[in-house]
Amino acid sequence: MALDPYAVLGLKRDASAEAIKSAYRKLARKHHPDLNPGKPEAEARFKAVSTAHDLLSDPEKRARFDRGEIDAEGQEQRPTNAYRRHAEAAQGARYDGQSAGSPFDDLFADMFETRRRAEAAPRPGQDESYRLDVSFIDAMLGTTTPMRLPDGRSLNLRIPPGVTTGQVLRLRGQGGGGRNGGAAGDALIGITVQEHPLLRRDGRNIAMELPVSLREAVLGGPVEVPTPTGRLRVTLPAHSDSGRQIRLRGKGVAAHGAEPAGDLLLTLKVVIGPADAALDAFLRDWSPAAMEDPRAALDFPA
Amino acid sequence: MITLDILVARFPGLEAGQLQEWMAEGMVRAEPGPSFTEIDVARIALMMELRDDLALDDAALPVVLSLLDQLYTLRRELAALRATTPPP
Repeated sequence: MALDPYAVLGLKRDASAEAIKSAYRKLARKHHPDLNPGKPEAEARFKAVSTAHDLLSDPEKRARFDRGEIDAEGQEQRPTNAYRRHAEAAQGARYDGQSAGSPFDDLFADMFETRRRAEAAPRPGQDESYRLDVSFIDAMLGTTTPMRLPDGRSLNLRIPPGVTTGQVLRLRGQGGGGRNGGAAGDALIGITVQEHPLLRRDGRNIAMELPVSLREAVLGGPVEVPTPTGRLRVTLPAHSDSGRQIRLRGKGVAAHGAEPAGDLLLTLKVVIGPADAALDAFLRDWSPAAMEDPRAALDFPA
Repeated sequence: MITLDILVARFPGLEAGQLQEWMAEGMVRAEPGPSFTEIDVARIALMMELRDDLALDDAALPVVLSLLDQLYTLRRELAALRATTPPP
């Protein structure tokens, strides 16, 4: 006579559907006849477990069983050993598990062979990314700066003139090491160019404001100008107004490869300077030859 | 001769695509056609049982099958050996 299906699965009578499924799975894994060849008691247990599960997993049958309308044996037996019957006979050779020779050596050989091969193959190293702040002047003129990588390696990084924020310098072979003879990855260095209080970049040109005194602006003549590339003598044309531009060829971003050097663009800015009684007196007595309205161009429609 | 259509019709819950995947991975080995024999049918029943009732996933199923195949091969070899060895 059949056992109580709840007892077979080790469950209480109010077990949930999930509990039934889980108990069945646990027991079925343990007693599945194809996983326990040559153990008839496992097969008997599995049949009992399957029968119990068949009954309890069907809400209608379970309800009928609970109400005593059917007994635990009212089920059709499942053909649980069908595959084993074939697998142990001659036709089982169709699914030969390649065990000839020393079988236990390669129980897992098939499974691990692929993985081993993949791991033995040359594998290039990973690219590694870094960030580097570059001063405005270094970005303009180019430089070589020592750099220390997090893994302790230090290298000299050549920064070409004209780098811009967002540009990435690639150092071949300075990234992660390759495996099994694979090439090392690259170090990728993202550049951020810092601002400069006096200078502005415009492509390969550099713009700078040049303060001049009233006397220099009116009379012109040579003045000495400090620039990123050193002090330069610049001859101002006479009568240079505020806003006048003077272009110093080749004194901007340094030449690099096929790129010619940029220019340094000076924008004049007249500075009156501290109060000067003589200048005040001169201007008070001075009457310009041609009286021109400097605001004539400010013409707003009325 | 059992064709793929007959097989799919016989097993509710077996999709033709799934079966073709199993065949492509060598887990089910059909005659050209494809045509199947009783051992294939029994094996598919076992695979569906492992997958649906025992909740083996796609990664575990081939591992379990491979071990089972090796086990059954050993048992066939053992039986053959027993048959040819005279009892002591």
